[in-house]
Amino acid sequence: MIETKNRKSAWIAFLSVLCFLALVFGLDQLIKPTDKLGMLLIVLQKGSVYALAAVSMNLLNGYTGLFSLGHAGFMLLGAYTYAIFTIPDKNRDAVYQYFDAAIRFSIPEQLSKSMGGFGTALGILIALLLAGLVAAVLAWLIGLPVLRLKSDYLAIATLGFAEIIRAVFQWSKLGPVTNGSNLLKNFARASKFKLEIAGMKLSLSTFVPVLIATVSITLIVLLVNSTYGRAFKAIRDDEVAAEAMGINLARHKMIAFVTSSFFAGIAGATLAMVLSIAQANNFKSAMTYEILLMVVLGGIGSITGSVIGSLLFVAASEWWLRGLDSGKFLGIEAPTVFRNGFRLVVFSVIIMIVVLFFRKGIMGEKELPDLFRKKKKAPEKGEQS
Amino acid sequence: MSERKTMLQVENVTMQFGGVVAVNDLSMEVREGEIVAIIGPNGAGKTTAFNVITGVYAPTNGRVNFDGNCVVENYPHGKMKKNYLGEHAGLYSHVKEPTPDELTGLGMARTFQNIRLWKSMTVFDNVLVAKHLKRSSNLFSATFRSNRAEEARQRKETLELLEIVGLADVKDELATSLPYGKQRRLEIARALATQPKLLLLDEPAAGMNPQETQELTQFIGQIRKDFGVTILLIEHHMDLVMDISDRIYVLDFGRLIAQGTPAEVQKNEKVIDAYLGVVDDAEN
Repeated sequence: MIETKNRKSAWIAFLSVLCFLALVFGLDQLIKPTDKLGMLLIVLQKGSVYALAAVSMNLLNGYTGLFSLGHAGFMLLGAYTYAIFTIPDKNRDAVYQYFDAAIRFSIPEQLSKSMGGFGTALGILIALLLAGLVAAVLAWLIGLPVLRLKSDYLAIATLGFAEIIRAVFQWSKLGPVTNGSNLLKNFARASKFKLEIAGMKLSLSTFVPVLIATVSITLIVLLVNSTYGRAFKAIRDDEVAAEAMGINLARHKMIAFVTSSFFAGIAGATLAMVLSIAQANNFKSAMTYEILLMVVLGGIGSITGSVIGSLLFVAASEWWLRGLDSGKFLGIEAPTVFRNGFRLVVFSVIIMIVVLFFRKGIMGEKELPDLFRKKKKAPEKGEQS
Repeated sequence: MSERKTMLQVENVTMQFGGVVAVNDLSMEVREGEIVAIIGPNGAGKTTAFNVITGVYAPTNGRVNFDGNCVVENYPHGKMKKNYLGEHAGLYSHVKEPTPDELTGLGMARTFQNIRLWKSMTVFDNVLVAKHLKRSSNLFSATFRSNRAEEARQRKETLELLEIVGLADVKDELATSLPYGKQRRLEIARALATQPKLLLLDEPAAGMNPQETQELTQFIGQIRKDFGVTILLIEHHMDLVMDISDRIYVLDFGRLIAQGTPAEVQKNEKVIDAYLGVVDDAEN
């Protein structure tokens, strides 16, 4: 009984994700970036990247109860790894203007020599995984000493680490690899992703980032609902009891930290892909706070909450509230009030309202399907009794 | 009784915090299939002894053998070498400080004096998580659901266990929404889910009314029979202790002052002075 019910809801979830991906693919063809609705594409691209970042942070902060603030650092690692390994040879000298580039091969380019277009796609996938792996390996190294700390101490330590990473990547001595404080560009970027079938050019510039985020978030959902996910929640609820019931704290905290960082790395790589640039200066601690805000807005401990939170956050800050900065909002023209920076004022007020009146976030600890299930549950109970 | 093999053996355990000796030279033995109680006034070191046995604290000196193997051992070294106030300082020379989860893996499981259930989880999940210990799946097989058979088996076992302890009808409720007595019962069920050989119950009847205590007494007897576990418990309800214990250890100020069967302990003058006296007066 339980089995069939679970399987049914799993199918519903799977099909709705497929429909969503098909919709995004369709929008990608119908809307051009220069259209009026072009903002929708940008929101989808950036929103999905931030959704992945928020969900991976939620895995650690919401599900395992480890309050870590190093997310921007791991995203930076991912972004740089991806960028460095996908800059084509011919662009390399232009990118590394002031340095002699040390890493001189691009994975997608090498693979496309033997396998054509498929090789390029495979190369990008490998670069993405590599980005995640680099972040994960560093997380493991940092986790060894840092995960012994608790709550705010862990937050400070990871925050410090993220800032150190940023400083190291801007260090001119590492210029041959990281291009110092200059930005990396001209690597494999989302705006260039296209699929050519029978002479038709299909744009993939929104579809690919959304797909990467969807697959990654699906994996995190599977992990959270597995026996390991339950162990994480036990650690969050009561560490002492978890340890007494045979859950190895050090190992499970490390698994959560490394997995979260792996997906943060992928989110960073996808962000570079979407923005077409990678620059250490973008990955400040302010970025971690933004992601934390999305997690809190959506509800700590809810995956769908994090996704909804990040999409709303990105849509509001990039699209809906834009008019507040440019003089015209909701048909009201008031250039003296709606000036640069006013958007941030309104935005802060909205966030304050949300935090005051929706203290548990939009979703609390519930997931989207829970909202539908609740209505059905009442008659079921009646049947049983 | 004496032919049964020794399940737990505590040898000369001393636990010293700074200058305070919480447990002083405690030696005790629990044989397979027994129910043994530790009693004593508040602050006698009962819970500290539990915490040493289950690996929460490393003892300052002494050794704990479990199921035939040495699992915990320590001797006063480092800073403690100078400050040690206990006895048998030269007797042990190895350090073995496992974490609580390792000991749970060996077959010890415990409950807590102040209930420590996982608050955000349902009754069912509280027990299911304890099955995590006996998993054979790794991170990847769990994420990609190739451990379906194991997962299904764990769920089936959890449901069976809940039926045995009488919590199956509330399995989908939040653990913390249960009445107090059932929360205690759930904690015991959760400990049993790790398939222990030795079950340690820290004041299982604390805060219970006489009727609930009686039910618990029966319940503990039933678990011993159904699960074949050995039980070591700390308790203040003397009815319960005298009713179900095979043997009793009495602690006072960290020291063992008496041991024996319930009848022997009740007659022991030291015990009456230190602990039972008040109860006797009330009865007379």
